[in-house]
Amino acid sequence: MTPVAPARSRSLADLWNDIGVRKMVFQAALLACVIAVAVLLWWNASGNIARRGLEVGFAFLHRTANFAIGESMIPYSPADTYARALLAGLSNTVVIAFFGCLLTTVFGVLFGVLRLSPNPSLSRLVGVYVEIGRNVPLLLQLFFWYSLCTRLSGPRQAISPLPGVFLSNRGLRLPSFVANDGLFFAVLGLVVAGIAWLALQWWARRVQERTGRRPHILAWGLTVLALAPLAGLQLAASPIAIDVPELRGFNFVGGQELSPEFAALLFGLVFYTTAFVTEIVRGGIQSVPKGQWEAARALGLPARRIMRLVILPQAMRTIIPPLASQYINLTKNSSLAVAIGFPDLINISNTVINQTGQALEVIFIFMGCYLTLNLTISALMNRLNAAFAMKGH
Amino acid sequence: MSRFAAALFGAASLAFIAPAQAGSTLDAIKARGSLKCAVQGPSNPGFGVPGSGGKWIGFNVELCRAIAATIFGDADKIQISALTTQTRFPALQSGEVDVLTNNTTYVMTRDTQLKFNFPAISFMDGQGILVPKKLNVASGKDLNGATVCVQPGTTTELALTDFFRKNNMKFTPVVIQSRDELTRAYADGRCDALTSDATTLAAQRSTLANPAEHIILPDRLSKEPLGIAVRQGDEEFRDIIAWSFNTLVNAEELGITQANVDEMAKSTDPEIRRFLGVEPGLGAALGVNEKYAYTIIKQIGNYGELYEKYLGEKTPLAIPRGLNRLYTQGGALYTPPSR
Repeated sequence: MTPVAPARSRSLADLWNDIGVRKMVFQAALLACVIAVAVLLWWNASGNIARRGLEVGFAFLHRTANFAIGESMIPYSPADTYARALLAGLSNTVVIAFFGCLLTTVFGVLFGVLRLSPNPSLSRLVGVYVEIGRNVPLLLQLFFWYSLCTRLSGPRQAISPLPGVFLSNRGLRLPSFVANDGLFFAVLGLVVAGIAWLALQWWARRVQERTGRRPHILAWGLTVLALAPLAGLQLAASPIAIDVPELRGFNFVGGQELSPEFAALLFGLVFYTTAFVTEIVRGGIQSVPKGQWEAARALGLPARRIMRLVILPQAMRTIIPPLASQYINLTKNSSLAVAIGFPDLINISNTVINQTGQALEVIFIFMGCYLTLNLTISALMNRLNAAFAMKGH
Repeated sequence: MSRFAAALFGAASLAFIAPAQAGSTLDAIKARGSLKCAVQGPSNPGFGVPGSGGKWIGFNVELCRAIAATIFGDADKIQISALTTQTRFPALQSGEVDVLTNNTTYVMTRDTQLKFNFPAISFMDGQGILVPKKLNVASGKDLNGATVCVQPGTTTELALTDFFRKNNMKFTPVVIQSRDELTRAYADGRCDALTSDATTLAAQRSTLANPAEHIILPDRLSKEPLGIAVRQGDEEFRDIIAWSFNTLVNAEELGITQANVDEMAKSTDPEIRRFLGVEPGLGAALGVNEKYAYTIIKQIGNYGELYEKYLGEKTPLAIPRGLNRLYTQGGALYTPPSR
């Protein structure tokens, strides 16, 4: 609907009355304002920094950090650089965000479905959880879970529910597998079994398409899945080694540790965010027209398959966009780790800022990290959304 | 979130706030009519805590009052802001405060890289380790494999790491921002030990359920000269701070107290007469009122009195005076003479 250009020469007033031109002017004016403010801020900041003779730049990243980090997903020691320390913090943030989003999705979908359960006490119970989970500030929840974790007894009086498993205020210690060739062959066996399982599925579908009957592959598949890793272990020169934690000195040594800070942060974030996701899933399911239920029932599908095959795929269209926001929220909220001492990106950044005095640069770095993480989540969720979008409309 | 917000605010203040002191800091303070001091927030028992009626009280607050007494002849002309370890440096750099009297450790990089000056060392501290007595630990060197609670944002993390590396020992840090939360984690047994400046440990110990069950180990992981910090490049203001502080110490050395200062002003001792401004000269040399030293002692007291009142054996902190005794009494407190 472009306006028809008048035949006579256009005066200024005519130009101003042209909606297209006017829109352009406003857009340009807004853009100019934004740029002007940005330039002003940059100019003022760099002027102030220069006047104080402060060192600006990222050279400090290559200096030795000289401080220890409680736990890190990548190898780190105080002899490493500041860059490595920040990377260790980032790795912790990414791991928390990943497991947080995963667990939130699993429990959110489960609770969302339960919230609509015809069983009144079950749905009410989930309702109570949702109200508590989303109405209590996350920071308070984190303090609560953290103090629960640290109120456990000390390592010398650790609870040992299973041999080799110790629960104390130092966290959860589990026996861990030592990665030697036994583990390698076991994992290889698992991969082979996985491929075999997919091949079986493919074959079964082919048979079903041809004959209309699906062969029973479950027993075969499970057998392959169970036997292949064992066969791998048999092939290995040395059998698998297990590192069992033991109490030595102040704490447990060996095995895999799950620190109270990690546990409290992950649990707190999942508890809080799942409450929102539960509501999103419930809303998504309820947005599917009643006719879909009735049609599926008319086809004779059992309730569980109606949910899985008919309702949830349609509900996903409503669920995914707000779910993406919750993933992003969870990732950002993980920065509350500073309150309970989990060494996430912000926690490490704070230490780096204090030791180097390079506040502006470090803030720049972690803002960039969060932006990248969240834009990645957005991009992935947009692709997922496109995959679930109605096709052919 | 407060930590992040604080850091962001600090950085933003560099971006938004135009430098306050185009001319001299002193002119700006006089024009404003008050001295802007930063003490450690949210509070630091003994050194600076909010009292009734919104007035701050504590050892570091008195240092700030001493400077105000020199400049204005009135110790009450101060504005206190409580800054965290994260916000204090940007606040000083941006001119939001004139001076830090918040237990900032005087170290080389802060003097050089951060462009500060430390006109005075107000307290000689050292990083210590607090452990429960029941651990039966006699020295920091027995702590191999221990979990240590530490507050971020100070030189403490660095000294802790250096100590363990130097002695070939391993440790796991638990780094929590809020001092209260950190103390709670220690009290709950999340950590075997808690490390900080010995004065801070004394304050933290006083808040535990049973302070007598915890000891501060004899090791000192670092020397922590706590100083008064200002921006570099204003010698006039720097002198005023240095001599305000030296006055507190020299008064103790000369035996002048808040109670006897009027008596001492009648003294015939020429050193005391010069010091208290009965004989003019020193005040004019510093560019302030001739009676500035008299004013400080009259309104605040001397160093020893302040120590006694806020940190000494009769207070809940009960920090032994140790190094902070006068050099004449076996300590390390040695200031240049006022003459």
